[in-house]
Amino acid sequence: MAAPETRTTEPAPTEAPAGAPPYRRLYRSPHGRILGGVCQGLATHLGVPVTWVRLAFTVLFFSQGIGSLLYAAFWVVVPLGINQAAPGADRPARRHAEAGPGRFGRLRELLERTFHGDDGAPDTDAAAVPGGVGVGGRGRAGSMGQLFALIALVIGVMALLSALGIQTAKPYVWPLLAVGIGVALVWRQADDSRWQSWFGLEPGSRKGAYLRVLAGVLLVVAGIIGYFVTQGVGSPLALVVESSLAVVAGVLVLGGPSMLRMWQDLGAERTARIRAQERAEIAAHVHDSVLHTLTLIQRRAEDPKEVLRLARAQERELRLWLYRPEAAAEDAPDTLAEHLRAIVAEVEDRHGVHLELVCVGDCPMDEKIASQMKAAREAMVNAAKYGGGGPVQVYAEVEGRTVSVFVRDHGPGFDPDDLPEDRMGVRESIIGRMRRNGGTARVRPAPDGGTEVELEMERAADD
Amino acid sequence: MTDAASEAAPGRRARVVLVDDHRMFRTGVRAEIGRTDETGIDVVGEADDVESAVRVVAETKPDVVLLDVHLPGGGGVEVLRRSAGADGVRFLALSVSDAAEDVIGVIRGGARGYVTKTITGTDLVKAIFRIADGDAVFSPRLAGFVLDAFAATDTPPVDEDLDRLTQREREVLRLIARGYAYKEIAKQLFISVKTVESHVSAVLRKLQLSNRHELTRWATARRLV
Repeated sequence: MAAPETRTTEPAPTEAPAGAPPYRRLYRSPHGRILGGVCQGLATHLGVPVTWVRLAFTVLFFSQGIGSLLYAAFWVVVPLGINQAAPGADRPARRHAEAGPGRFGRLRELLERTFHGDDGAPDTDAAAVPGGVGVGGRGRAGSMGQLFALIALVIGVMALLSALGIQTAKPYVWPLLAVGIGVALVWRQADDSRWQSWFGLEPGSRKGAYLRVLAGVLLVVAGIIGYFVTQGVGSPLALVVESSLAVVAGVLVLGGPSMLRMWQDLGAERTARIRAQERAEIAAHVHDSVLHTLTLIQRRAEDPKEVLRLARAQERELRLWLYRPEAAAEDAPDTLAEHLRAIVAEVEDRHGVHLELVCVGDCPMDEKIASQMKAAREAMVNAAKYGGGGPVQVYAEVEGRTVSVFVRDHGPGFDPDDLPEDRMGVRESIIGRMRRNGGTARVRPAPDGGTEVELEMERAADD
Repeated sequence: MTDAASEAAPGRRARVVLVDDHRMFRTGVRAEIGRTDETGIDVVGEADDVESAVRVVAETKPDVVLLDVHLPGGGGVEVLRRSAGADGVRFLALSVSDAAEDVIGVIRGGARGYVTKTITGTDLVKAIFRIADGDAVFSPRLAGFVLDAFAATDTPPVDEDLDRLTQREREVLRLIARGYAYKEIAKQLFISVKTVESHVSAVLRKLQLSNRHELTRWATARRLV
């Protein structure tokens, strides 16, 4: 029994990380339980037969009442499992296999039936008949099992009390016992009603449920009153204080389970809602971007250039969204790298040529860099237009205060000295602009064909 | 991006294993490079997760493994770690991701190069032969990452020279990042292609072996690790 005790150190399951696989978590089992489903849950969690756990708990009930404490702790802390498969789902098959021969088998079956608390019908396992947990749906063997468990619990409580040495004040014991039984009944009912509200059981068992709650309340009240009667009351002031305390305690004891359950439900619901929200957000994004693009691509299937353009733009956007969420959130690009990325995207989209951007270092934008970016954009457009359709490499580097940008294509190339007078693009938009802003621009043929434009600029202000 | 045409003599062969968890992609790559008569590449095995990759590599002992970075069971880095004993097997990372942590991760894990999945078939064949020859293949973006990473260590030379790139290596990397092929770099810097290759290999070695707390700092600053 060392294992269950260590399990109590687990964090409250509602606060467990969302990524934890569900089968590692400890739930109380709603299927075929006798009291709170603690033993079933533990058995499922630890992968041992439920009978062992129940026997162990029974033994513990008698040994100084530790079992009661432990059981109560589990009942309070561990939530009722709702999504879990019924642990008894495989039981009929096993029973057929084992219960065949011999007295031992029959004895075992009887024991199992008592401890499992099901109605013993071989074809109805707990999963198929969730109503089996209600009072109405429970057969005789189930009632016997429940009674047995309650008696065990009572004896356990008594043992605990005697261990605590309370038997010297004998009058205490019986009211306290009544309170304990009442609380157990009410808590059990709180569990069951929750279970029912999820599965919309027929209201046939409702009468029994009310009866049980009523009995529980009566027992608690009677227990509290009995406590005071046996205690005797001193002064009137003490009477007032004690009776108000009794009322508060009664309310807490009776309402506690529902409040605790509600709180646990809220936590579970919040987790589920957050998860659903995340999924919805991803779905929305995929719908808005990827699905739209794919539809467009289907429609334009005969235009390979357009398909390429669409796919490229989509890839870039999705990549940005996946890997650099903080950049996607920004509206206006305010650093060199972001600015370049935007330009590259725009040129790519407009001219349908792949631009490969490599950025080393980064710096905030200023006026001089902005004009350099304009020149770079012009160079990229030229490379895209006349670069022979091959990929264009754009390389930017921030080194100290110098910002250099290289734009290189693999086109036929041209000699800048032969540039006609009327070609304003290179002459004015690139070279002229750089010179006016205090930078330099060089246009030269690349070694193995193609053209490279180099733009160099000093940053205006130091940061 | 790289140009190995001058080195890849006709009739050369390379045995290659494909590791990728997408069957479609493996089929595509096989169709692209697997025509043994034309490319000289013999695809001798395929794998779709870490376990099978380690097994196939150990069984077939290929010249080059085309290794996807994101794999079920631990990723390409795990394959590299567990195949460390396979002598003569070289790894070329082939990934759709060009995120810095993926690139630097597999390179430090021992891959001899890194290309993205947008690479053309011809370029991939060239890259495979270059890797088979023991050289490194740097894509422009990878060169950019390396420059970026070493830029942080530039000012205070805390460690010995191992941590820093020489001026020449930096120049070579910058040219790669600008889209130059090895042959073009050789022309530009008036050195031989072999020298370019040795510079690149030196960079690779530094990236793998050096005590890179600066690199870690760089990665942390960009929230990559």
